[in-house]
Amino acid sequence: MDAVFDFLAPVGLNETNFQFMLIAAILGCSIYVTLYGGMFSLANAGFMAIGTYVSVVLTQRYDWPFVPAIIAGMVAGGLIAIIVGLPVLRLSDIYLAIATIGFGEVVVVLIRNFDRIYEEIFDKKIEITGGGKGIKNIPVTTDTLHLIIFLLIVVYFLYRMQHSRFGRALAAIRQDETVAANLGINVVYYKNVAFIIGAMIAAGAGGLSGHLNRVIEPDDYDFDRAVDILTYAVLGGTTFFIGPVVGGMVLRYLPELLRRLKVLSFVGSIVGRDLTNEQAAVDGIINGIVLILFIVYLPGGLADPQLWKSLYRRLRPNNTQKGAP
Amino acid sequence: MLELQGVSRLFGGLAALNTVNMTVNAGKVVGLIGPNGAGKTTLINCVSGLDHPTSGVIHFDGVEIQNKAPHQITALGLGRTYQNIRLFGDLTVLENVIIAQHQHGKANLLDSLFQSPRHRREFKQQVERAFELLKRFHLDSFSDSRAGGLPYGDQRRLEMARAVATAPRLILLDEPTAGMNPVETHEFGEQILKLRDDGLTLLVIEHDMALISQVCDEVYVLNFGEMIANGTVDAIKQNQDVIEAYLGRED
Amino acid sequence: MNLRTLFYVLSAIFLGFLIPYLIATYLFNKEVLSPEQQLANAMWRGSIYSLFALGYALIFSILGLLNLAHSSVFMWGGYIGLMSVLKLDMPIWVAMPVGMIGGGLVAVSVDVIAFMPLRRRNAPRISQLISSIGASVILLSLATLIFSSTPKRFPQDSIDALPGTADKPLTWLLDNANVRITPIQIAIFVIPIVLMFLLEYMVNSLKIGKAMRVVAFNQRIARLLSINVGNIFAFTFFLSGVLAGAAGVLQGLAFNSMTPYMGATVALKGLTVIVLGGLGNIRGAVVGGFLVANIEIMSIALGYGWLSDAVVFSSLFLILLVRPQGLLGESGKMRA
Ligand SMILES: Nc1ncnc2c1ncn2[C@@H]1O[C@H](COP(=O)(O)OP(=O)(O)OP(=O)(O)O)[C@@H](O)[C@H]1O
Ligand SMILES: [Mg+2]
Repeated sequence: MDAVFDFLAPVGLNETNFQFMLIAAILGCSIYVTLYGGMFSLANAGFMAIGTYVSVVLTQRYDWPFVPAIIAGMVAGGLIAIIVGLPVLRLSDIYLAIATIGFGEVVVVLIRNFDRIYEEIFDKKIEITGGGKGIKNIPVTTDTLHLIIFLLIVVYFLYRMQHSRFGRALAAIRQDETVAANLGINVVYYKNVAFIIGAMIAAGAGGLSGHLNRVIEPDDYDFDRAVDILTYAVLGGTTFFIGPVVGGMVLRYLPELLRRLKVLSFVGSIVGRDLTNEQAAVDGIINGIVLILFIVYLPGGLADPQLWKSLYRRLRPNNTQKGAP
Repeated sequence: MLELQGVSRLFGGLAALNTVNMTVNAGKVVGLIGPNGAGKTTLINCVSGLDHPTSGVIHFDGVEIQNKAPHQITALGLGRTYQNIRLFGDLTVLENVIIAQHQHGKANLLDSLFQSPRHRREFKQQVERAFELLKRFHLDSFSDSRAGGLPYGDQRRLEMARAVATAPRLILLDEPTAGMNPVETHEFGEQILKLRDDGLTLLVIEHDMALISQVCDEVYVLNFGEMIANGTVDAIKQNQDVIEAYLGRED
Repeated sequence: MNLRTLFYVLSAIFLGFLIPYLIATYLFNKEVLSPEQQLANAMWRGSIYSLFALGYALIFSILGLLNLAHSSVFMWGGYIGLMSVLKLDMPIWVAMPVGMIGGGLVAVSVDVIAFMPLRRRNAPRISQLISSIGASVILLSLATLIFSSTPKRFPQDSIDALPGTADKPLTWLLDNANVRITPIQIAIFVIPIVLMFLLEYMVNSLKIGKAMRVVAFNQRIARLLSINVGNIFAFTFFLSGVLAGAAGVLQGLAFNSMTPYMGATVALKGLTVIVLGGLGNIRGAVVGGFLVANIEIMSIALGYGWLSDAVVFSSLFLILLVRPQGLLGESGKMRA
């Protein structure tokens, strides 16, 4: 493994970056499940926060072993998804998006104030979530192999889902919910199951990332994170199972690549200003431009099979033989 | 088989359906005609669970269905098509028909995760059945095309195939031949009769009187939400109220 | 002038204040410190929220879009006003309109960059939402590049130029009450209400407002009536930017400190505001603004300021579940 990363170091791909790319891929998969069923939910940052905090609190404050703690985090995420999903999934489109944004913010605020609320109610000081400062000095337990295994399981699931009765029901719901219901599909049931599965994947990604960073803070899971997760899936593609993996990996890698390519000093030399301290701002501008360009020109996402097929057809040397269909 | 008793559906002040009574007997093709805005679509929306009557009772094979969800009604054996075609446009023709067999499948997520024999068997059966239906409606050569890309008449027929794929005993057709030419329409009429011969019951909304004459055993006429007449096609054609409803009263 | 609107606004201000106040004092026996001051604070703060939310609601009601770049337009409007004072020595009453027009132009560019290409393709609303996020990120990053992220403020003399200042509270207004109200705060309270009435008048009575309503109802029909839909889009975005720009300048004056991140804090609160009032309901945006401000001010006054976000966002979440059309919305009019 080390040899591989030594080789890739010049393009900005060290093991830490790779781990974050894997997390991003898993998160992309988590929202893919709901998007596949046509649900525009932005709740997954909230579920990630739940998974992170439950598992980290269990390992750090209650000395649970790593794997059971991660699973407990996923179960917690799934349980809350059951409670939240039933009422929320009656909403659709932008209404669902806004409600789930609200849910995410509530989760963050509650985590930030958990200890204080507890103190207010039970008149007893505790330290569970550590407030706005979060939890520090978490030993790094997650390694690359954990992440790869988790991602592979998730991807295998998405792959099988696509050709399953469950997946076809979701696709039908995405295309036309009313007709799906008239064809005998229990729309409410399938939407909720997809929502719960997505929540559990996000919570799992949260647990794994919580044991990777040494520090967790509630602000890591706010609206910006929800947007990041959404863009992973949308840029990769929301109808083909490889999409969220490609999207997550590419988007997470892009800033590193830009850093390596010295884009900053290049842009700086054009505008005649030293930008070396403005990394974040330049990253932001480039990210924003990439986002818009992708949404406008690659609506099916990077991993859209149609896109690659037509590209292949166009690039093939003797493409005249095939002719028009 | 299907019985509506005093069914009303109010939209604000407007009664799209006003205490409508109607009976559809098993094994028959029943027509439902009426001028634009008469409430025909509203009626079959109420039957199929997309809409619910403001008052009144709907029985399907003895089961009260007016408060049931669409998928529950489908499970009882009811299929339908839509006035403006509603296919799953981005999915393939084959997928459209496979999805319609959803409730006859039992494979759950675990079955497909582990590719259990049940999953494989069931999927194979569904594909076979889908091809059977596609062949029946002359669509088998398009099975891998995007449903939304089909020509208009084919889309209508695919919607019909999809409705039949739910294995219904009663099918509601909402202007199934709208936009077809007379030849296509006649051919479609043959399909309807063939389905009846297979033991299905059909309720057909149509404006095309030629088709109505071709297929219907009995016709109901709706006007401004009221059921103004019913009887055989010939009787209806003579009915003074019906003629007035369509042509306006001549003073 | 529409009396019903005025009635709604006043009840949002006073009931929004009175109900939590009564609950706190009589149900929980908590003392609310100087309630007059809290009410005054809720009034000017609510005004800024309302003004910000008006533009949000306008775009949603007319164009059916959720423009998440609206908070960045707000921030840019504020900075353009600020820079007009700092760099061009404009007096504040000139800088304010400049900031408003600047905000309008920024909003139009958001439309051109983020929405127009997607509109041509009839892209789903999720794509439009994401590209508005992209535009927002670009605007925010550009602002930190150009204006830097260190806080900036309006120079004191630009504020002192107005009668009565932050140092000399308007005691002539409320003589024996312990209320500090600065003229800025009065302006902040009055300007949004005036703008809201102007906006309502325009949408309901002017020709362009009628065209906007046709576009809102059905864009195809609008085209059949030979309404230039593209122009209506641009105009609506411009208006929303003007409102956001005004809110930005006022916010800068009110807190007398500006950073490029000032938009982020109001972005999600603005969302709560328009949801409370009913998505896309112009009157509701104003009412919602005062309600949210009251929630915040009250929780601070009761010593639970740290919970105010929890209350605000829970109400965003709950209102959508219980009453998705918002407090003032009619159920049939919901745009899904
Ligand atoms: N969701 C609704 N809200 C309000 N009014 C409605 C609604 N749906 C239907 N209507 C009204 O109910 C009446 C009956 O409509 P319906 O679509 O059932 O007529 P129809 O007989 O199917 O007409 P067509 O031949 O044009 O299809 C019409 O006046 C219509 O405007
Ligand atoms: Mg109809």
